[in-house]
Amino acid sequence: MSLADKDRIFTNLYGFQPWNLKSAQARGDWDNTKGLMAAGQDAIIETVKASGLRGRGGAGFPTGLKWSFMPKEPRADRPSFLVINADESEPGSCKDREIIRHDPHKLIEGALIAGFAMRARAAYIYIRGEFIREAETLFAAVQEAYDAGLLGKNAAKSGYDFDVFVHRGAGAYICGEETAMIESLEGKKGQPRLKPPFPAGAGLYGCPTTVNNVESIAVVPTILRRGAPWFSSFGRENNKGTKLFQISGHVERPCVVEEEMGITFRELIDKHCGGIRGGWDNLLAVIPGGSSVPLVPAAEIMDAPMDFDGLKAVGSGLGTAAAIVMDKSTDVVQAISRISYFYKHESCGQCTPCREGTGWMWRVMERLRTGDADISEIDTLFDVTKQVEGHTICALGDAAAWPIQGLIKHFRPEIERRIRENGGALEAAE
Amino acid sequence: MPKVTVDGVELDVPQGATVLQACEMAGKEIPRFCYHERLSIAGNCRMCLVEVAPGPPKPQASCALPTAEGQVIKTDSPMVKKAREGVMEFLLINHPLDCPICDQGGECDLQDQSVAYGRGATRYDENKRAVTEKYMGPIVKTVMTRCIQCTRCVRFAEEVAGVEDVGAIYRGENMQITSYLERAVGSELSGNIVDLCPVGALTSKPYAFEARPWELTKTLGIDMMDAVGTNVRIDARGRQVLRVLPRVNDDVNEEWANDKTRHHVDGLTRRRLDQPYVRVNGALQPASWAEAFAAIKAVNAGSSVAAIAGDLADCETMFAAKTLVNALGGSLLEGRQTGLDYDVTSLSAVNFNTGIAEAENADVILLVGTNLRWEAPLINTRVRKAVWKKGAKVFAIGPEADLTYKADWLGDDASLVSKLPAHVTDALKGAERPMLVFGGGALSVPGVHGAGLALAKSVNAIKDGWNGYNVVHFSAARMGSLMLGYGLPGGIKDVVVAKPKLAFFLGADEVDFAALPDTFKVYVGHHGDKGAHAADVILPAAAWTEKDFTTVNTEGRVQRSEKAVFAPGDAREDWSIFRALADALGVTLGFDSFDACRAAMIAAVPALGVEGIADYGWTVPKLPAKPEARAIPSPIKDFYLTNAICRASPTMQRCSQELIHGADFAEAAE
Repeated sequence: MSLADKDRIFTNLYGFQPWNLKSAQARGDWDNTKGLMAAGQDAIIETVKASGLRGRGGAGFPTGLKWSFMPKEPRADRPSFLVINADESEPGSCKDREIIRHDPHKLIEGALIAGFAMRARAAYIYIRGEFIREAETLFAAVQEAYDAGLLGKNAAKSGYDFDVFVHRGAGAYICGEETAMIESLEGKKGQPRLKPPFPAGAGLYGCPTTVNNVESIAVVPTILRRGAPWFSSFGRENNKGTKLFQISGHVERPCVVEEEMGITFRELIDKHCGGIRGGWDNLLAVIPGGSSVPLVPAAEIMDAPMDFDGLKAVGSGLGTAAAIVMDKSTDVVQAISRISYFYKHESCGQCTPCREGTGWMWRVMERLRTGDADISEIDTLFDVTKQVEGHTICALGDAAAWPIQGLIKHFRPEIERRIRENGGALEAAE
Repeated sequence: MPKVTVDGVELDVPQGATVLQACEMAGKEIPRFCYHERLSIAGNCRMCLVEVAPGPPKPQASCALPTAEGQVIKTDSPMVKKAREGVMEFLLINHPLDCPICDQGGECDLQDQSVAYGRGATRYDENKRAVTEKYMGPIVKTVMTRCIQCTRCVRFAEEVAGVEDVGAIYRGENMQITSYLERAVGSELSGNIVDLCPVGALTSKPYAFEARPWELTKTLGIDMMDAVGTNVRIDARGRQVLRVLPRVNDDVNEEWANDKTRHHVDGLTRRRLDQPYVRVNGALQPASWAEAFAAIKAVNAGSSVAAIAGDLADCETMFAAKTLVNALGGSLLEGRQTGLDYDVTSLSAVNFNTGIAEAENADVILLVGTNLRWEAPLINTRVRKAVWKKGAKVFAIGPEADLTYKADWLGDDASLVSKLPAHVTDALKGAERPMLVFGGGALSVPGVHGAGLALAKSVNAIKDGWNGYNVVHFSAARMGSLMLGYGLPGGIKDVVVAKPKLAFFLGADEVDFAALPDTFKVYVGHHGDKGAHAADVILPAAAWTEKDFTTVNTEGRVQRSEKAVFAPGDAREDWSIFRALADALGVTLGFDSFDACRAAMIAAVPALGVEGIADYGWTVPKLPAKPEARAIPSPIKDFYLTNAICRASPTMQRCSQELIHGADFAEAAE
């Protein structure tokens, strides 16, 4: 079981062809968009629901269901908005980047259709600040679409007026959180908002808003063209469709590839990445869904299906499907410590547990890395991660806690070894 | 009315109540730092976590969570206890252990709550964070290492004070609260962020290291710095008032106080008149009370006597002076020292009829000749609330000022009052609750008073349950003085024309003394200011913190203040000065004690005997309604130096130099 070329949604993922409108249209984008929209808003939402598409940004919330929360008849003074999250900052993730680089029109067409389906007035694409060339491409692609009459008044001759604005971020990871993104779009400090109210009730400028990941939006036109049954024919129950996997780290050929949901880790690596560096016996652990999910040791990950439920079963998560592969040359404690530093650096500082906890966790991790600690501190650290997890406004606290919990769960002997080996020096010093 | 269960107790809560409010109704204390009932909800301290079912299997921030039918809330479960301990531990890991040298000690939320909800010991072995100081102006002292980033100060500045001077920079554990470019916070309400700060990060600069809260005697008072009548608590130690803090009174000041109210107190110990003086050969010489009284008796004024009340005069003082003047056969009584001569035959025509608390419900507001921000800062916050929360529209006539909200300035020509542009009259007529506010500056232009009353009628500002006609005074004595009959048809000009032989100045410093060259001037007051310099005899009296008194604010609210400390030196309470002087002058006043004085006052003006809003009815005097076409003047030149106490206060002087005149103190503070 693996995805045939004819079933790929992102047909220019590798950039073998130009990204421009002409080439995109040759690949089938913007083909009878008006016809797709003619099916009506509710029908589009129903199709997306039926396809089983779950949000591709990490949390995996059913996309169609999310759209259905938007008001059916927006008030004139409170238009609805679609915000597209292209602030791809999760370490390991690079799928949105590839889509925007090589297939931006899939995203823009998706924005129109999704925006139409949720009765939005406009879409804002919030693109990560560091994506400079990608932003240039996106600006140009949106301009192409306007010039061709595909956006703006009577977009794609559908009779629906729709604008797409591209907004560049300034490089804060937290602005990838949906409400922080809304704050940032409004020109404020990027800090997550309290929920409720949820964005579908009061989001951008206080208006109903849906925030979707780039990939979730970009696959929509193809789903509509080929039908929900086609999309849901891939993957396991509750984990349907195809997905962009991003494999980085100690594999022979790191890559971004579109595959069927539920492909086993082994097949994914062997087929697309040329295997693990030094062979499968050399695999130490994998962080399967971007830096914020717990790592999974080699034995458990090898034959695990790469989808939401499959990875949940091994105590981790699919996240953005950004697999970070670590072979036995990796200092796994240092790796997790570096991730801790990342979360300490990117915490917005708004709420207490994350602001104070991420720094604490990182400092203890740094000492565990060198073994300059007491064995009891491992338990303290674990307790601190539990004190952060679930106590914060947004999920960054959880994201900072989970990698450490995964490390302690699976590699405690390694941490204890370092402390013991360092212990002689410690005692001598005392 | 959702029905919820809090720790096993079922209760009905109002629609829209938060879980935190529900818990409070059930009598459960919920610890909090960032939550404040008068500010927007931030939900960032995470101290108020409770367990709520149905909901996710993690504790919820109760301050931000709406109640719902059938919710089961637990505030004492192991999950909640652990969550609170965890948050408290996080708050403390980077909080310095400097409580012994922290001014917040003894009234610190963090101290109290860490005792109640924290663990006994710390597990944190790393270095603590240090944060550089930020300059926030002459009122607010910062020790930012103590900050727990609750953002109350940020929200207050933005929402209530209406200045965007305070904010957070950087992120994560480096997040810092600062003022914009570390300049002074440009708000006359900046002292409130000191009260709001739950820790010792923002403390009072003038009060730094002065006292511990448990050393202070607390007295309930009414502020006399403006005509709002802010309810305050006077904190004194020994004979010195060390600070003034606002009390909660939702009808008047909510729980705010302006910076002048808070920090004029260091003026109470400076430049005080602590003994009588008599002018001998052109120079003021210290004298005994008997000598001073003898000098007054020697004037032999007969009935040619006047009394002029200053802005800080209280009702009992004015009543005692009035009784003496009347007993001598005189009747010249005036309180408008600067020469205002608006009609005072109807008190309702010079009153803030809408009421301070009701002002926030107005939907279209016309401000005429008033810089509300300076004349009545806490009425300005109400108007701001009307604009900011409820979308009221504000038009304004007069010299332009930044009122912290958007106002449509129509010009400063007084004649505009009788010929408003059509869009303004239409808006006022179409409004459900229109509000007209006339300031002292407006009433100084002849014809505006009458035109204002006519306008109120023509736009239908007075209707059932709503009186939208308002005059805002900035003198705390004003409404009380008018109720006691201090008001001549021609204002102080009538006194000048009458050329009284003897005049009592009750703390009146703003009078044009040169206009009364032949009058023997007796200054009864507490500060050696302009009035004392002009006086022939000085009788040292008590300042507002040194006596019991009654005062009436600009909305006609009768309030009483209590004595916190004794007046310094030979100074006496004002009523007793007039009582003693009456003996020297051979007349009787009819009272021998303060209580008798107050009783006599209430017998004369019964409304002063009832605390609360005095009922003036609604009568409209017939007045000329053609305003002169000239610019409305701005009566307050310097918010921080409006009276003798402020002018004696180093803090107020510094505020004036820095915030009004732009002097730069930031570097000197380093």
